[in-house]
Amino acid sequence: MYHIISIRDLERKELDYLLDRAQEFDTGNYQPRMLEDKLAALLFFEPSTRTRMSFATAMARLGGRSISVDSVEASSIVKGETLADTIRVVSGYADAIVLRHPKEGAARLASEFASVPVINAGDGAGQHPSQTLLDLYTIRQSMPIKGLDVGLLGDLRYGRTAHSLALALSLYGVTLHTIAPGGLEMPANITLELRERGMEVVEHEDVEEVVRDLDVLYVTRIQRERFPDSASYYNVASSYRITPDLLAGVRDHLMILHPLPRAGEIDPAVDQTPYARYFEQARNGVPVRMALLHEVMK
Amino acid sequence: MTRKDPSGGLIISPIKNGTVIDHITAGEALNVLRILGITGSTRECLSIATNVKSKRMGRKDIVKIENRELCTEEVDRIALLAPQAKINIIRDFQVVEKKGVEIPKVLKGVVRCPNPGCITNANEPVESTFEVLPKGLHCLYCDWLVKNDIASHII
Repeated sequence: MYHIISIRDLERKELDYLLDRAQEFDTGNYQPRMLEDKLAALLFFEPSTRTRMSFATAMARLGGRSISVDSVEASSIVKGETLADTIRVVSGYADAIVLRHPKEGAARLASEFASVPVINAGDGAGQHPSQTLLDLYTIRQSMPIKGLDVGLLGDLRYGRTAHSLALALSLYGVTLHTIAPGGLEMPANITLELRERGMEVVEHEDVEEVVRDLDVLYVTRIQRERFPDSASYYNVASSYRITPDLLAGVRDHLMILHPLPRAGEIDPAVDQTPYARYFEQARNGVPVRMALLHEVMK
Repeated sequence: MTRKDPSGGLIISPIKNGTVIDHITAGEALNVLRILGITGSTRECLSIATNVKSKRMGRKDIVKIENRELCTEEVDRIALLAPQAKINIIRDFQVVEKKGVEIPKVLKGVVRCPNPGCITNANEPVESTFEVLPKGLHCLYCDWLVKNDIASHII
């Protein structure tokens, strides 16, 4: 049985295969009713808009259907049921389970108790492999990933999308530039792991010093709750804000990505520039998730 | 249990049946007892020597437990604290088995994941599982890496 749990489980050729499949779905090169008799259970025990809707959309586009739990309050979890039991029960209803859960490792646990494939749609501060795949897909749409200079900006300590993406990029010979406020730097063990995988990782404090050397700038949200008070948050957040002025002199093909939602990291005026690709990135969630759903249920 | 030696110190006497754990890293004897679940309220007859002179290790600890033979899982736990330890199984005053400890590639149910957000710390029917890497213990559920103070996380 094929589960999609962590980007660490996927080799380069598997990533490339899934990206190729996503491209086929994106260009309409598929049978529209491929999953006609299939049912996906979307178990979302944490808030999500884009991920949940894009999985539901992907399922519908393939002719399949989905059933969902949208909150802990509406589920048997409030009655004290374990996730393991929920998964065993839902395995009897659906052909695949898409799980978002606040605990790290929840999807791994689910895969051990499920009798149908499990796709991890984000587990706490842990993994979010479908997000990483759509990030890679968006980059690859514009240019080959190999050898690029990619900047990761924002909360690199707690940001799961940044960790997953960095791990995936380490398979592509990318040079990684990390740009994070003090205290929100990439955890040392992840940086070490990236370097052990042969990746060149360059740490920066200031986005201005590196932005002109980048092919991709991946911006993540700096969360207010990480700071002791509003003043220190605004102080840091403003110095990491992407504005049209900051982008003067950047490479023509620079692409700015963001997993969304954004909270002010990117000035809306940037949306009008050719560098802004984050809405296209969000749209790519559908073909990428079509590829994943089809792959586990075919 | 003990007898006087000629120089005036105390030497632990042999046991009839049970386990002798020798070459424990100096200072770890009490942690070894803790991970074996031996506390003041259990009934085992114990001898403990700490910071004993050792040719090989400089200083070492020794633990003797009467009428108890350690199982593999217990030996795995000791390996985490005292990788040089030697386990001697004693029957009728004779060493019937002598083995080193070896840290297994995967530790199941031995170490609690220090990440409070890890699913293995929730009320789920699953044991913590770590792969043993040169840089530390890697949680196979949440990817947390335990590098320091492994003893305090042993279940």
